[in-house]
Amino acid sequence: MSVAMLVFIACGLFAVLGAVGLILAREPVHSALSLVLVMVALAVLYLLLGAAFIAAIQILVYAGAVMVLFIFVIMLLNAGVEVRTNLSHLARWVGLPLAILFLAEMTYSLFHEYAARTALAAGGAVAGPVPASTEELSMKLFTEYVLPFELTSILILIAILGALVLAKKESA
Amino acid sequence: MVPISYYVILSGVLFGLGVIGFVFKRNIITIFMSIELMLNAVNLAFVAFSREFNQLDGLVFVFFVIVVAAAEAAVGLAIAMVIARNRKSLNVEDVDLLKF
Repeated sequence: MSVAMLVFIACGLFAVLGAVGLILAREPVHSALSLVLVMVALAVLYLLLGAAFIAAIQILVYAGAVMVLFIFVIMLLNAGVEVRTNLSHLARWVGLPLAILFLAEMTYSLFHEYAARTALAAGGAVAGPVPASTEELSMKLFTEYVLPFELTSILILIAILGALVLAKKESA
Repeated sequence: MVPISYYVILSGVLFGLGVIGFVFKRNIITIFMSIELMLNAVNLAFVAFSREFNQLDGLVFVFFVIVVAAAEAAVGLAIAMVIARNRKSLNVEDVDLLKF
């Protein structure tokens, strides 16, 4: 078993454990910290896939900015232990079986399809793809995708204004 | 080298857990966190396919997904604050004005 495989298994395990912790935790702060674990594990996986820039912004934007925002709001609103409710009959007898069926179908088709593909690819010696360099990525971002890139700045501006208007006190 | 199918299955499992959290959680903030988890799962699939097919476009998409997720978190948490202020509760079942 190669080192890459071991790193993948460890990070995958941490990511899944974090996701399960997010669901099972009753305190929102514990959920948020579990989500940080998932994001850090995913950042390591991005490094393993050779996407260093994505790994960096995953840590900076997600684990840094977004999760700090979440924890800040949890503390601001003093969110305590959440109440649990029982599943409705519709969710229990229709939703749950359908969700399990969907997950099983997806896993089966992915395994089936890609097992065949990798078996096919293993025949012809596939040269390992080169890791995506940040330089190439930024070239693409500022030439081919320059219009969407500029539009995201407008999107963020609107988001800032929206958040400000929503959070404003209505005393005026 | 780890086969791409492993990454895609991990991505699928994380997305499924996100869906389960989204459906089962009652706190509006943890519901937002479940949405973030789903977005992260999709990002993992994007990066894995980008590596597999040696196309950088997948990474550009991940960049946009992260930007949109950040904007969504800012607006969504502001909405959560307004709900908490008006309803004095973070439970989504207390917000039932439009419920049939």
